[in-house]
Amino acid sequence: MLRILAFVAALLLGGALAACGSGAGDPGGGAGASGTAGASGTAGAPASPEDAPQRIVSLSPSATEILYAVGAGDQVVAVDDQSNFPQGVPTTDLSGYTPNLEAVLGYQPDLVVFSDDDGDLASGLDKVGVPYLKLPAPGDIEGAYEQFAQVGVVTGHADQAHELVGAVRGQISAAIDTAGGAGQGLSYFHELDPTLYTVTSESFIGQIYSLFGLENIADSASAAGAYPQLQSEFVVSANPDLIFLADAEPGGESAASVAQRPGWAGVTAVRDGQVYALDDDTTSRWGPRIGELAQHIAQVLADRPGT
Amino acid sequence: MIGAAIAVTAAILLMATLVGASGLSPGAVLAELADALPLVHVDSGLSAQQHAILWQIRLPRVVLGALVGATLAVAGAAYQGVFRNPLADPYLLGVSSGAGLGATVMIIAGASGAGMGSLGVPVAAFAGGIVAVAATYLLGRSVGGGRGEVVIILAGVAVAAFANAAQTFVQQRYQDTLQSVYSWLLGRLSTDGWSDVTLVLPYVAVTIVVILLFRRTLDVMSVGDVEAASLGIRPARVRLLLVAVATLGTAAVVSVSGLIGFVGIVVPHAVRLVAGPGHRLLLPLSVLAGAAFLVLADVVARTVLSPAELPIGVVTAAIGAPFFLVVLRRGRGMQ
Repeated sequence: MLRILAFVAALLLGGALAACGSGAGDPGGGAGASGTAGASGTAGAPASPEDAPQRIVSLSPSATEILYAVGAGDQVVAVDDQSNFPQGVPTTDLSGYTPNLEAVLGYQPDLVVFSDDDGDLASGLDKVGVPYLKLPAPGDIEGAYEQFAQVGVVTGHADQAHELVGAVRGQISAAIDTAGGAGQGLSYFHELDPTLYTVTSESFIGQIYSLFGLENIADSASAAGAYPQLQSEFVVSANPDLIFLADAEPGGESAASVAQRPGWAGVTAVRDGQVYALDDDTTSRWGPRIGELAQHIAQVLADRPGT
Repeated sequence: MIGAAIAVTAAILLMATLVGASGLSPGAVLAELADALPLVHVDSGLSAQQHAILWQIRLPRVVLGALVGATLAVAGAAYQGVFRNPLADPYLLGVSSGAGLGATVMIIAGASGAGMGSLGVPVAAFAGGIVAVAATYLLGRSVGGGRGEVVIILAGVAVAAFANAAQTFVQQRYQDTLQSVYSWLLGRLSTDGWSDVTLVLPYVAVTIVVILLFRRTLDVMSVGDVEAASLGIRPARVRLLLVAVATLGTAAVVSVSGLIGFVGIVVPHAVRLVAGPGHRLLLPLSVLAGAAFLVLADVVARTVLSPAELPIGVVTAAIGAPFFLVVLRRGRGMQ
């Protein structure tokens, strides 16, 4: 009997909290000891700099990099287990893949940033009145810039975010200048893993290659989506001029291991030594380091023999 | 009947060799294959690269598909005969789940720098499969008392569920390896050329030969253990041996191809409806039909989204399930 009573009480209390959270007019703010924004739902611009969130939890490595790049690093109290950049971020065991609402709330956040929401994180945060920002993988580079701006506005660093967008734009256009058209007419294969998952030009990463005039061999497989798995014999017969390995982490693939695959030794990129290891993190995150990726590609193109 | 089945299977293997994403003309491929025959010299006109595509990528894939399909099917038929249960297959006995757990652990260990190389995953999958079926067998024996076969199947379900749970738990902890675990779980017949074929060939050969040797014994045992014993057969020993051999073969092929479901149960049932329940026909026909079925499924996997791949496990389930129902309908009509 006691148990049932406790259960009913908990239900009632939960309902009251939810009502409180969704009451947008609640002046005191339902969440956060700092008494900042109390409205749940997607976070908007703070009314004044003092109202900016001071206890941000980031559940996405890309979001973490954006937060620090726009100057909101001091406001971040916890980041997920995959966030490892910039150095010194408060990495925790929080998971961005299977976020645990209670664990997140344990950090008393006044803003939660995440990229995907399979586990109803947003509705949970709504119930307890904690504002959040959802930053899914953008479809293109402009989408990434928009996210930089959005993070800047919500954290009270709109001006720095604007500067950041300008800086990354500058980095990418400088990279295109460095390459100087050396990529025109060359084909490439961007390898995500040894079972030949890759990206097409529809993907965010594929768009960066397109900026250099590079042709993606996977584009003829775009019926299978932006991240198709190619057949080995197709890659060999498509004969790419360049191969970029996004699976070259320690113990991963290398120019040598690619050359040993059956039938791959004759591929132009392998024969001419044009197999390049990319940084795993910069090729999977849509943060400010996309400029670095563009510069890496530019360097590869500029250093190619015969250019 | 077996002669006709051999001809059909050979035709399917040849057809599969002619189809591919790299635009080799079937005529050139045929010429190339003819050129490989003794005393025949034909100029196929293939470039060195096309030659490599055919001999190093496509042909090993077709052969591996045939070996994997044959083994899964004959192992399924053997399990069903041994346990006298039409539902017995490598999945229900926990072999595949145990292999999946082993492979997952090794993929994660490899990703965190344990560095076993490409051999680590097959070895771990193999070990996982053996451990799982041993657990199934021992559990079934100790819990089951005298009601052997049914209890062993149920024990297999429990072991498989436990292995799946453990695998999911491990996966959740190491999510950056999800992609590679996932693609292994969906099954794939690709990219390692002849090395995968030579890796599994001894196990496949032993499995098929030993199971076929027992085709008459299984027929006798299907009448009953007492009758079998009166003819000098020791049913418990035969069971243990056949389960061990079928598990060995299944774990070996699953360790290179990933989890490919439905072959071990669909193929023997289809064969049974055409050729009857006798093991003398069922077992060799299952070998051939299994090879043909998986190679055909791989042709679908290679062509539907070409030049992209469709995971073959998806294809075997997608064409296996309706095919199974059609066969069942036909079978009822025949009775």
